[in-house]
Amino acid sequence: MRSAKGCATVTAMTKGRLVPVLTVLMVIVAVWYLAAIRMNAQWERDQAARAEVTLTLPDLVARTLVQERPVLPAPHQVAVGLWEGLAGQAITSRRSLVWHAWVTLSATLAGFAIGTGAGILLAVGIVHSRSMDQSVMPWAVASQTVPILAIAPMVIVVLSSMGITGLLPKAIIAAWLSFFPVLVGMVKGLRTPDAMQLDQMRSWSASDAQVFWRLRLPSSLPYLFASLKVAIAAALVGTIVGELPAGATAGLGARLLSGSYYGQTVQIWSALFVAALLAAGLVAIVGWLERRTLDRMGLAR
Amino acid sequence: MTVIEASGVSLTFQTADGPVHALKDVDLSIAPGEFVSFIGPSGCGKTTFLRSIAALETPTGGTLRVNGMEPDAARRARAYGYVFQAPGLYPWRTISGNISLPLEIMGFSKADRAERIARVMDLVQLSGFGGKFPWQLSGGMQQRASIARALAFDADILLMDEPFGALDEIVRDRLKEALLALWRKTGKTIGFVTHSIPEAVYLSTKIVVMSPRPGRITRIIDSTLPPDRPLDIRDTPEFIALAHEVREGLRDGHGHD
Repeated sequence: MRSAKGCATVTAMTKGRLVPVLTVLMVIVAVWYLAAIRMNAQWERDQAARAEVTLTLPDLVARTLVQERPVLPAPHQVAVGLWEGLAGQAITSRRSLVWHAWVTLSATLAGFAIGTGAGILLAVGIVHSRSMDQSVMPWAVASQTVPILAIAPMVIVVLSSMGITGLLPKAIIAAWLSFFPVLVGMVKGLRTPDAMQLDQMRSWSASDAQVFWRLRLPSSLPYLFASLKVAIAAALVGTIVGELPAGATAGLGARLLSGSYYGQTVQIWSALFVAALLAAGLVAIVGWLERRTLDRMGLAR
Repeated sequence: MTVIEASGVSLTFQTADGPVHALKDVDLSIAPGEFVSFIGPSGCGKTTFLRSIAALETPTGGTLRVNGMEPDAARRARAYGYVFQAPGLYPWRTISGNISLPLEIMGFSKADRAERIARVMDLVQLSGFGGKFPWQLSGGMQQRASIARALAFDADILLMDEPFGALDEIVRDRLKEALLALWRKTGKTIGFVTHSIPEAVYLSTKIVVMSPRPGRITRIIDSTLPPDRPLDIRDTPEFIALAHEVREGLRDGHGHD
């Protein structure tokens, strides 16, 4: 009875959502096609003028959608590029987007872990020490005002001169971007217990460590999860930026870069879509963990 | 023999607008097993005095002894359980888990905790609700759970700061009856802050009337009511006379303004 009702609600919700979602999607695709035709038309006109032929409009439109190196590839070209990259290769191949995505994902997860750890540790320090509160936060803010594009090549070069290459330099750039939301969220979260809850703890003569593990940390979890969603997306951006400089040959960032070197716009867009799918998947996983944990803790509100 | 002994206790808060005399020259002694209510308008220092007993505030003058010790030492010796205005139960812990919290902090063994939790849950008539989460219980039941939590580590003194303030009249009546029964059964010394005259008269063996600016005691009234008090004792002439006396005391306090 109850599950039947639940099913009915789900269907109604998907029905209610499906129409607007599909409408928006169709509008985007339509605008994309129009833009592709418009942006790629010039090259076709130039070609036609050189060959001294005149193109009819249907011909022009048809040609703009099948160019090898379009200014803006049409959606179906990207779809084909994506499909070939994901499913058309052995996943160990250098041409496989799955392989490149894995290279990026591993550095993203490592950077996310480092960044989250650093953010939480700094937040704990800030909440418990007045001098850290006043000294760390300005530096943390300053670190985020430096453009990551400027920092990334320096990190890569400095670390590689120290003999550190591969995953770690990218992970450090990812951590650089992802520690900040965790830090800000956790400082706020660890301070959520109110005066009464802290007095309660004092009335039991609880130590700082006991207050932390039993009250502050559980209370902060809603803030932590909100921050983690931002942090994991930031970690992915950081990793991709870290893959751009210094001739990286693997990862979605490298794919973007080589695509732009050789005018392979389809390759660029395919890599972009994989990055977007990866980000969506990662945020969804964190969101699922969030719902599960907070529901169980009675904090979901 | 006194449990709480205050002589000349003063507490001055330094604020931007100058000093605020939250307490001034408070003298009071409370014997074991007394039920003492503190009543007065807001700003009279009743809560501040209770918090000073609990070492949550530090008096700036006079001497205060709890079980013959400094309040801070008394707290570490687990002299009191404190019940706040809100239950303050952790949503991620069950009712048993919440009652277990101070016991874990104080380092009781697991078996000891289980035995104590069962005993205090029975005392506040919550047996069988141990596995529930706070949001599954009514406001009154939540406050009973918080009283159980304050009783779990066997402090002799129970300090209560307007514990029923957020509850409706009917629930309050029931909890007051239950609290009196609990007090008779356990023989604890209770300090109870309230701003309700009937509540103070119904519950107390001693009513301390306080007044603000500076926060001080204006009258101490010993109750003439018997320890066994059904709810309809509130209609007796004795009860009404006591309530009248408390009201007079409160009015005296305001005369100084």
